[in-house]
This record gives sequence, C-alpha cells and structure tokens, in this order.
Amino acid sequence: MAKFLLRRLVYLVILVAVATSIAYLLAATQLNPRSRFEGRNPPLSEAAITSTLNDLNMNPDEPVLTRFGRWANGVVHGDLGKTILGQSVNQQISSRMWVSLRLVLLGSIIGAIVGCALGAYGAVRQYRLSDHVVTTASFIVLSIPTVVLCVLIALAGTKFNQAVGATAAGKQVFYTVGEYSPGQGGWNWSDLVDRAQHLFLPTLVLVIASAAFYSRYQRSAMLDVLGQDFLRTAQAKGLTRNKALIKHGLRTALIPLTTFFAYNLALLFIGSVFVESIFTWHGMGEYLVNSVSGQDINSTAGTTLFVAVLVLLAGFLSDVAYAALDPRVRV
Amino acid sequence: MSTQPGEPMLLVEHGSDEVTSAPVVSRGRLVLRRFWRRRMAVIGLVVIVALFFFAFVGPYFTKWSYSELDVSASLSPPNGTHWFGTNELGQDMYAQAMRGLQKSLLIGVLGALLATTIAAILGSLAGYFGSASDRIVVIVIDLLLILPGFLIIAVLSPLFRGKTWLVFVLLLAVFQWMLTARVVRGLTLSLKEREFVSAARFMGVGRWKIIFRHILPNMASFLIIDATLNVSALILAEVALSFFGFGIRPPDVSLGTLIQQGVTSYNTFWWLFYIPAALVVVLSLAVNLVGDGLRDALDPNARLDD
Repeated sequence: MAKFLLRRLVYLVILVAVATSIAYLLAATQLNPRSRFEGRNPPLSEAAITSTLNDLNMNPDEPVLTRFGRWANGVVHGDLGKTILGQSVNQQISSRMWVSLRLVLLGSIIGAIVGCALGAYGAVRQYRLSDHVVTTASFIVLSIPTVVLCVLIALAGTKFNQAVGATAAGKQVFYTVGEYSPGQGGWNWSDLVDRAQHLFLPTLVLVIASAAFYSRYQRSAMLDVLGQDFLRTAQAKGLTRNKALIKHGLRTALIPLTTFFAYNLALLFIGSVFVESIFTWHGMGEYLVNSVSGQDINSTAGTTLFVAVLVLLAGFLSDVAYAALDPRVRV
Repeated sequence: MSTQPGEPMLLVEHGSDEVTSAPVVSRGRLVLRRFWRRRMAVIGLVVIVALFFFAFVGPYFTKWSYSELDVSASLSPPNGTHWFGTNELGQDMYAQAMRGLQKSLLIGVLGALLATTIAAILGSLAGYFGSASDRIVVIVIDLLLILPGFLIIAVLSPLFRGKTWLVFVLLLAVFQWMLTARVVRGLTLSLKEREFVSAARFMGVGRWKIIFRHILPNMASFLIIDATLNVSALILAEVALSFFGFGIRPPDVSLGTLIQQGVTSYNTFWWLFYIPAALVVVLSLAVNLVGDGLRDALDPNARLDD
C-alpha cells in the first residue's frame, strides 16, 4: 500500500511539473508584458522598458527556453519570480490564499452538508412532492451562471438593508464590497462582527451553488444504496427505518462524496473568481484574472502551480480518505 | 414523472409474459415512450426547439439588425419599436439577444458534440488497444485535469481574438472531455471481455471496426446523456469566460458578452442584464431537464413498464 501511494505521488508530482511548465511556456509566448509599459504617461524610453522587462525575466526578445530555464531554476529553489509590478509572486500567493480560504471554507462546508441532507431526503422520498421540489430547485440553481447568482444575491442583500432601514440610517447589515470595512480587519470582537457582515452574502452564494451540486450527487448515490440488501437486513434485525437509513444508508452513500468535496474545495480557490469579482475580495481568483489580463507571465505560471498542487493534494487525500472510509478497498 | 396506470397500452404489455424474451416494442419506441412520460423533460425539449426557432427565425421578425444603431433611442426600455429595449449605443437588444442566442446555441451544441466525440474515440482507444496508447491517453487525461482550463483558455485568448470563434469552441471542448473519457475507457475495458466482441475479433473484424460497430454503440445511451449535459456546461463556460473578456469578444455577440455588458447596469437599465441572463438560465435549464429525462428513459436497468 505504501509503495503504491508513493508511486502515485511521484507520478502526480511529475504531472504538476509538466502542467506548470506548459502553463509557463504558453503564457510566455502568448502574453505581451511589453504592452503594459508602452503608452504610459509620461512615456518610458525603449531602453527603460527593456531593462525593466529584463529585471522581471519577461523580455520577449530573449529566447523562451532561456527565460523558462531561469524561472524553473527559481521555482526549484522556492522562488516563483516577480509579478509585473515587481512584487514577489510568493508573497502575493501566500497572502491571497488565506483570503480565498476565508471566503470559501465556511460556504463550501455548509453547502456540502445542506446539499447532502437535501439529496438524501429527496432520495428517501423519491417521486414525492418534496423530492420534486428539491430536484427542480437544484436544476434551476445549476442552470444559473455564477455571475448572475452573485448579482442576484448582492441585490437581495442591498434590498434587505433598505428594508430594515439600515441604509437610511447610513449603516449596512450586509456588505457587498470587500472582506472588511476600511479601518477594521483585525481579529477582535468588533472586527469579527464586521467580517461576518461582509462574509454573509458571498457565503450564501457558495452555499446555494454547492448545495445544488451536492444534492444531485447525493440523491443518486442514496438511491443506489436504498436498493441494497444490507438496508433490508438492518431493518430485519430490528433497527427502525430511520435508524437504518441514517446509520447504514447515508453513511455508505457519503463515501463517494468525500472525493467530490476534496476536489471541489481545491477548485473553489480559483472557481470563486466570480464571487471575488462581484464582491471585490482580493483572493486567488482575482489574482488569476488579473495576471492574465495584466500580461503577467510569472503570476500566471505561479497560479497554475498553486492550483495544480491543490488538485494533486485533493486527489491524494481523497484516495487516502476513500481507503480509510470504505472497508472494501482496505488492504 | 409518475407512471399512469390508466394507460391501456401499458396494461396490455404488463400482462404479457413474453415482454422480456421477445419485446413487443422496439427499443427506440420504448425509449421514446419513457421520455414522453417525463413531463419536465418534454417541456425542456419544447423550450429548446422554441429557442432554436427564435434564435434563427426571430431576427426576421424585427426590422432592426443586431449591429444597427438607432441614434434616436439610446438606453430606451422595452417598448413597441424595441421589444427588449436598446443599449447605450442604441442597438436593438432583441436583435442582439437573438444573435447572442444563436452563438451560444452553436457553441453549446458544437462544443458538446466535439467533447463527447473526443472522449468516445480516445477513451475507447485507450481501453481497447491497451498498452502504450492506454498509458498515453491516461496521462493526457490526468494532465488536462490538473491544468486549470479557465486559465489556459484565458492565456490562449489572444490566439482566437479576431479569428473565427470556432477556435474558441475547440478549446472549450479540449478541456471538457476528460471525465467522460475515463468512463468510456472503463466501459470499454469491460465490454472488451464480452462474447460478441471476442466473436467479432475471431471472425477477423478490424480493431477500429470493432470499436465503432460493437463497443461504442453499446454505450450510446451514456454518450447521448453526456453530450446533452455538456451542452449546458459549455454554454455556462462561455458565459464565464466572456464575462472576463477571455471568450467571445465584442463586436461579436454571445449571451456571455451581453451579460458582461449588462452586469454593471442591472439596477438602472435592468433589461440589459436580466434579459440575456434569463435566456441563459432558461436555455441551460431546458437542456439539463432533457438530459435528466434521457437518463431515465435510456436507463437499461429500468423496468420495462416503468
């Protein structure tokens, strides 16, 4: 088992290296960092631009492979290079990843729990009214583009503020902009309340979106389990239907979900790009969009590396969790 | 979605014992009948047909072309002349929405067909041929799953800027086929051991012919469902990429570009945002409902009378 996991790990690490290299090479050949400096007011001299680009290792006149070699050498030594503004990519990622984590952690956990509960409930009451309601609702949510969902929730928050009279009083119950109010952002009690007021609406978006997603999977997983013999056996040996359903049915049906949860949490780091954009949080999603539209080669490659490592970790952890939870794959 | 016991045809079938050994109805008609009974799926299908009709015939109902500027009516709300209102340039939003709907439908359908085709061919190739080709396909799948598709398409967006949007569809498909291919590979591995495939092989049928004649038709229902669900996934992906300017770009029109242009004015000029947004939701919902109905109708494990 250990040998298998180790081999798998080596394979995944190689994949990450290849994926990141591809991303760097594509970014280095497609993006145009020079355009960021041209047309500035006051105009920069050609020589100044070239020297800045050289400094950032983004000079398009140098052969791509030379630049790649220099960049890869830095990455192996733990340095992801500089952003186009001369900041350290490492520093950007290490501050932004916590913003993203604070944004998505709560929402995705609550969303997963709500979604699983709804899906399991729908499966148990298959084809009854409540099942139809859950199914239809999740289909509708899954058909709404995330950006539209964000706008609707932000609008609902604003309307709520107006309805309770907070806007008129110059205050807000739910904020639609940023992670915390200017002047706050610490961790004492009033800061925490302020953070919660900012977190509520984006979390609501994540809860609604991921609950819809999970409920679909949980419903079909639960339906598969419901037909199994061991559920009948559990009831035959004297458990009530509810007890059998929860202890034997739900538990079994939850196992495949662990894989989804791990991957989803990893992908949400950049998947929350709309939530970050509409609610102006400065996380990894925003970084990804900014790095591509800002012609920032090193940041683009750095984000890819970050995402690839997260997906790798998620895959690896879910393999381990699967083995731990499912007695059939235990060796 | 429930069975209707009153249907006379059903009762006849229910009573006959030969149903399983010698089906009275062909599989096609059976599937059609099962699909017909999923009311939501039928509604979805009707909506899709209607949207197709509107997208391609709708523009002829109005005198405005999507690129025409009505300088006398900038930002006018929906009215008799401009059914969906106009934007700040004075472009007719009805014509624009129909144009966008066309593009989104084409992107969804073409991209989904492409993604499922890639998945079917590479997945069955890996499963059936095994050895080196299997290893290569599995590595490519793993690699593309690790590469963030959104970012790569965004980086490559200068490539298709100003060129045909078909390149964009191709890129969308390239990042959409991997999970399907995994399933196809698994199904091929098990189908490969079945008697009818061995029989064909011993009779000297070529490998590609076996794949296209015996393996893929046996997972047709899975592929159909997958292609359907891909349509809505790709329509939503287009909206996502176009929102950040990485997908379809103005002056080209898609539902994604319309949402992107309308999002800032959702509070003031609601028609610019809510009309394209509603079109995307309705379209994608209809596709999802049809996909769900197909899943039930094509399920080989379902009881014959179910």
